[in-house]
Amino acid sequence: MSDDTTDAGPAAAPPPAVAHLEAKATALLLLLALLLCGAVGYLLYARGAFERTQRLVLVADDSEGVVVGMDLTFSGFPIGRVRRIELAPDGNARILIDVPQKDAHWLRSSSVFTLVRGLVGNTNLRAYSGQLADPPLPDNAERRVLAGDATAEIPKLVAASRELVQHLIALAAPDAALAGSLANLQAATERLKGPRGALGLLLGSDADAAKVSAALDRTNALLARVDALAAQAGGLASKADAQVFGPQGLLPETRQAVLQVSALLGDARATLTRVDGVLAEAQAIAANTRSATTDLGALRAEVDASLRKVQQLVDEINRKWPFARDTEVRLP
Amino acid sequence: MAPTTTGERTPTALLRPALAWLAGWWQIVHLGAVMLVLALSPRSHGPAQRRALALQLWAAGGPMLPGFAVVTALISLVVIRIVVVTALSYGLSQYALEMVVRVLVLELIPLAAALYVALRATLPMASELGAQRARGDFEALAGQGRDPRIERVLPRVLAGMFAVALAAAVSGVVTMLLAYLSVHGFTLGGFDRYTRTVGRVFSPAVTMIFSLKVLALGGAVSLIPMASALLGAARPRSRTSAELQALVRMFVVILLIEAASLVGNYY
Repeated sequence: MSDDTTDAGPAAAPPPAVAHLEAKATALLLLLALLLCGAVGYLLYARGAFERTQRLVLVADDSEGVVVGMDLTFSGFPIGRVRRIELAPDGNARILIDVPQKDAHWLRSSSVFTLVRGLVGNTNLRAYSGQLADPPLPDNAERRVLAGDATAEIPKLVAASRELVQHLIALAAPDAALAGSLANLQAATERLKGPRGALGLLLGSDADAAKVSAALDRTNALLARVDALAAQAGGLASKADAQVFGPQGLLPETRQAVLQVSALLGDARATLTRVDGVLAEAQAIAANTRSATTDLGALRAEVDASLRKVQQLVDEINRKWPFARDTEVRLP
Repeated sequence: MAPTTTGERTPTALLRPALAWLAGWWQIVHLGAVMLVLALSPRSHGPAQRRALALQLWAAGGPMLPGFAVVTALISLVVIRIVVVTALSYGLSQYALEMVVRVLVLELIPLAAALYVALRATLPMASELGAQRARGDFEALAGQGRDPRIERVLPRVLAGMFAVALAAAVSGVVTMLLAYLSVHGFTLGGFDRYTRTVGRVFSPAVTMIFSLKVLALGGAVSLIPMASALLGAARPRSRTSAELQALVRMFVVILLIEAASLVGNYY
């Protein structure tokens, strides 16, 4: 028996025979091969080895948190994978992303890309396409990624706060301008409380303040005189009022004169009305004269006709009259 | 051998255990190299050798496979449930699947497969080899002009490695299936997202480390017990201690492989 020679050896008892041993061993080998091939194929599929992809390059100031293999999501769905991260010559991070062509239509030329780092959890690369009617994103397109970072604002805030605090410290320092101003203000208030008060503070010296006081006194005297003058002017004004508006004043008389002028004007208007009538009559006379002139033309024509008739009559008489010359030449 | 007293110890006597320890490791490495050479040699590919290999393959991989698959499926189900529920309670459910795949498929299942194969297959094989050697079968075979390493040792080593790979592959597939069902239920709707997560976990580096780890674990659980059975003292009196020593060595090597894979994956 072959099993004796292969395993148990010449001196040992034969092991229990296994039915269909070779078939079972082959089945196990096939099972392992199948599992390995299946696993390799599935992993290649899972890593996108069979997909046609297009390249998208995102440029970021800082690639912290971005790892190779992480997803680019659109509306929460992964549509691309980070393939490489490299440092560009200008110091920016270039994130190279493979987007399967079946998902590439979600990315448009107007798409916006964000890199969001949460306080807890990993970093997310997201794409937003507001206008899906825009032209699609070309292959190897390079876009700037917007970093929306909750923690990135903290250092800026701290830096700004520090600057503010330093300014405050500079302001509040003993030799700072603010302290000097406050000291001056205190001196000014001290002078305000002094005998000359605000005037002394404004003018600086007591002599000037005294001058101002004297000027004020003189102004008061001046004002008193102005008051007297104003009273005189008031009397003058009342007299003028009586002259102008009184019963014998200028204004009533003017009113009467105006009334008289108005009556005169009424008369003049009546006279003119009459002149109008005279003119109308004159116009009628002129019209009659024109028509008479026309009649004269007819009369003259009639007179002319009568004169020609008289001429013809005289000629007839002259011819028929015995002493009339025979003017006719009789031919034999 | 007369016991030595402390006063008689020389530097050579102090160094002897360390040298023996190093020699043991060297013998394991040497056996591995010899097995590799023999596996590639045409002399090992005859019909008799193929039959012997088929017998050992079936003995190592066949009977234990259903039991191992069921046990790992149950343990995986418990772990998956714990991870998913915990992640959900912290609002981190999107990371649950990735964590399950990393913890179970990448780390726990290869380790469990190696230990299970060692206990169920390679350690009994090694003691069987040791018994044959003590019986003088090897000398008898050599006297017939046959190489006992080809006929007895190589099929067992290859069968042990094959069993580890098979157990890891079957359990890995079962666990990934269970993870999908636990997270998404009986629907194909989550397949794309699941595939994407698996693709993200199994980057080329991780896949390579995983493959190397399974291969190394298989080699460790196959070679170390065989080496102790072949190269240790042939007398039955000291064989127990040699087997214990082999067991300790095997666990140390498994630990080192696991640590190296963790370092490779996460540093």
